[in-house]
Amino acid sequence: MSSATPPPPSTRTASAPAKKSGGFRDLGKMFGGSTGTGRQVGILGALVVIIILFEILTNGLTLDPINLINLVNQNAYVLILAIGMVMVIIAGHIDLSVGSIAAFVGIVVATAMVSWHFPPPVAILVGLLLGAVIGAWQGFWVAYVGVPAFIVTLAGMLIFRGANQFFGNSNTVTTPDSFNFIGQGSIPDFGPNTNYSNGTLILGLLVVLGLIWQEIRQRRTQTLMGADKAPVWVSVVKLVILVVVAGGATILFASGRIGTSYPISGIILGVLVLIYSFVTRNTTFGRHIYAVGGNWHAAELSGVKIKRINFFVMMNMSVLASVAGMIGVARAGASGPGDGTGWELDAIAAVFIGGAAVAGGIGTIVGSIIGGLVIAVLNNGLQLLGVSNDRVQIIKGLVLLLAVGIDVYSKRQGRPSLIGLFTRNRRAPSGDGPVNAPLDRPSVSPTDSAEESARPQSTMPN
Amino acid sequence: MAAEPTILEMRSITKEFPGVKALDRVSLVVKAGEIHSICGENGAGKSTLMKVLSGVYPYGTYQGEIVYQGEVSRFRDIRSSEAVGIAIIHQELALIPELSITENIFIGNEPRRFGTINWIEAKRRAIELLARVGLNDDPDTQIKNIGVGKQQLVEIAKALNKSVKLLILDEPTAALNETESQHLLDLIRGLKSRGIASIMISHKLNEIEQVSDSITIIRDGKTIETIDVKADGVDEDRIIRGMVGRVLENRFPDRTPHIGDVFFEVKNWTVQHPLTADRLVVKNSSFTVRRGEVVGFAGLMGAGRTELAMSIFGRSYGTFVSGQVFKDGKEIQLRNVSEAIDNGIAYVSEDRKALGLNLLDDIKRSIVSAKLAKISKADVVDRVKEHAAAEQYRKSLRIKTPSVDEGVNKLSGGNQQKVVLAKWMFTDPDLLILDEPTRGIDVGAKTEIYGIIRDLAAQGKAVIMISSELPELLGVSDRIYTIFEGTITNDIPIDRADPETLMKSMTSAKKKVTQP
Repeated sequence: MSSATPPPPSTRTASAPAKKSGGFRDLGKMFGGSTGTGRQVGILGALVVIIILFEILTNGLTLDPINLINLVNQNAYVLILAIGMVMVIIAGHIDLSVGSIAAFVGIVVATAMVSWHFPPPVAILVGLLLGAVIGAWQGFWVAYVGVPAFIVTLAGMLIFRGANQFFGNSNTVTTPDSFNFIGQGSIPDFGPNTNYSNGTLILGLLVVLGLIWQEIRQRRTQTLMGADKAPVWVSVVKLVILVVVAGGATILFASGRIGTSYPISGIILGVLVLIYSFVTRNTTFGRHIYAVGGNWHAAELSGVKIKRINFFVMMNMSVLASVAGMIGVARAGASGPGDGTGWELDAIAAVFIGGAAVAGGIGTIVGSIIGGLVIAVLNNGLQLLGVSNDRVQIIKGLVLLLAVGIDVYSKRQGRPSLIGLFTRNRRAPSGDGPVNAPLDRPSVSPTDSAEESARPQSTMPN
Repeated sequence: MAAEPTILEMRSITKEFPGVKALDRVSLVVKAGEIHSICGENGAGKSTLMKVLSGVYPYGTYQGEIVYQGEVSRFRDIRSSEAVGIAIIHQELALIPELSITENIFIGNEPRRFGTINWIEAKRRAIELLARVGLNDDPDTQIKNIGVGKQQLVEIAKALNKSVKLLILDEPTAALNETESQHLLDLIRGLKSRGIASIMISHKLNEIEQVSDSITIIRDGKTIETIDVKADGVDEDRIIRGMVGRVLENRFPDRTPHIGDVFFEVKNWTVQHPLTADRLVVKNSSFTVRRGEVVGFAGLMGAGRTELAMSIFGRSYGTFVSGQVFKDGKEIQLRNVSEAIDNGIAYVSEDRKALGLNLLDDIKRSIVSAKLAKISKADVVDRVKEHAAAEQYRKSLRIKTPSVDEGVNKLSGGNQQKVVLAKWMFTDPDLLILDEPTRGIDVGAKTEIYGIIRDLAAQGKAVIMISSELPELLGVSDRIYTIFEGTITNDIPIDRADPETLMKSMTSAKKKVTQP
């Protein structure tokens, strides 16, 4: 991999599948799955390195329970946005409006509780509904009118920021404690005194059991497929590592100050990650998102209803933005005119650090979460070190540029990307066969009006 | 005129692409002030030759030499060939739609005065040039507001402005109607009388006959012969023989067809061009396909074969005008691709990379992508079934890959094509439309694909095979339709089909004129 002369593209791609087992490849299999695993492993490695680095630099403050709980609370809503954002980006779009939507939903929900005396659960339902309606509005413009998502959501960014200030008269509305629970609360304590938060311990146990079950299930599926499995030792080592990490995290979260434990917003985030990972990986809807982003012409000619996919992807993003907005308000205990400023950029940065492709078709939920955690830990660690906000921003910008830059560069070299060292790289654009170079290109392409809307549309009636 | 001066001599030009010899010692001699036509099948190497000449493929990327006006030329790019008066007008016009006629004519070559563009001078010269090409539109008209025929003329005006001496026209009349074509041909003849030589690539033999002074025939990257029209006259059969006459190798599977009843029937199919409303790309076409039958569709590039196929496949091309599709005698509606798939129709695109596959995906996901419902329960994909289905096709179609988890971008062209075939076989189609199923794949893979096609027919499926390669159509089909300018011109049973007959029906509408 570090040889002086990189081999030519064709041999490189051909040789990759040749080495099927042993060493690195088995280690690669440790993280299961085939799609974009390498990049996730790489970025996960980067996350671990950053955590260790800051743990040393801050003399153990980074992994202090109180700091960890803060970290989750501070970043849960951006990570929730990243879930929706990666789906939007996989489909080949972008959403700049999420911060404004979060703010608008936030003020409406706060007003509903304070002025109209809605009980919090009802207000939350109203917030979700409002998110869905806003999403349908933006989805309509993107999918059915064919305005590029960049424009639609740029407009949305202005519209809903204005709507927030118009609706709330640019005032700040304080929200009731019963609502603030979703943003500030943590698992309540119960049972015998163990010096740990019992709820967090149980949660940790569930996670460990879930990990074991997942691994067993995966091996069973592989047996059913007749696919070559990683050796048992790989599974065992993998499980041991995961269980140690999960267990360690559980102990840390559970050993905080009395009355604190794993945050509620973190639980919401976890549930959403599980649901959306399943949706994107295992459902026909998820497959269609990747198909539309990867090659919408081919998707259309395979019977995928492109407009519908684009509509739901945009709509889903706004619903998640409303969730993020409500959690953000609950954490602050108030909704104000400046809420959610810049959230969209944090979410987008998380998605790209997490390995998504700008052109669409590539990306994972888990990768984006890891990407978001990289930014979060970086942010947090620098603040602990007393680095001022101006310099933190500069560093964050450089990290984003560097992460994606390294990735793009490695891909052009045809090498597995630096942050995807372990297994093969899924996206090797150099793999084109030379065979049909001299042939005339066909002149016919589909011209249904269901053009994928991020691209300019030439057949639009005007 | 024994000692006519030559303007251009291309000597023994060889151009290789990785793995393919596109041109093999091709020679071409163009005399000063003549109209020289180049004929050949799709992929014969005509366009490649013109790209070598115009500097698209710069000196050094090919072997052989170009002698232009008595000097050996080494063009580095298009600009250097333009500088000496060679202008090429491509099939896809290189005009900028949002700019005016004047702006387009002078783009990159603007008349200047004190460092700024002298628009008065530009407009004056534009009017002059437009008059020379017989176009009387306002030079301020935006390009997008004039038809393709007029755009062609603007291209020529642009070339004239650069004092062109040798004009290359690649399929100039492919997109034009009768009157526009005639006007263009007259114009080329007019230019000839002013001493401008033209090289014209065309598939339309009647036009070639009409204007050419010489005709060079190219086949499989080699010059077959050059006909001097004045001395020898034009013999259509001779041209056709030159274009198609190649040794048929025995690389086709045996066929023992069990042809059943009429299964699919398309009646009076008419489709408009997606952007130009008055242009019909498919005109009043009717055809039938029987169970167990492989029906070939022969036609030259731009004849409307793909347009016909895609418009039937859920209206995925153009604007539907009229026509009916019957399956087993019952009319079926195919308003979008999912309806087509549900009705048992599969379309394998001619361009597998742009339209057939998501190159970011792996093999197993690609294979099941057109009918996910088949392996899903409540919209959740069953990955075990997915894997099993992919494995089954990997074995039966012999897709060469270590695992169905590999990305399709790692496969060779032939194996990618097998994945696309598998993808559509997975939808359990009754009718498979295969558009250039062997384009850009090697001979061995081609033979395998032919075998798969015959197997499908043997299973009682109806197969339509669109192809530019006549030997392939003759080797695999049970019956062949010919298409010319969007119309089906002939229906030829395989025992009466030969390359000459086909080529005749592919290049003119003589046999069965069905103008709407």
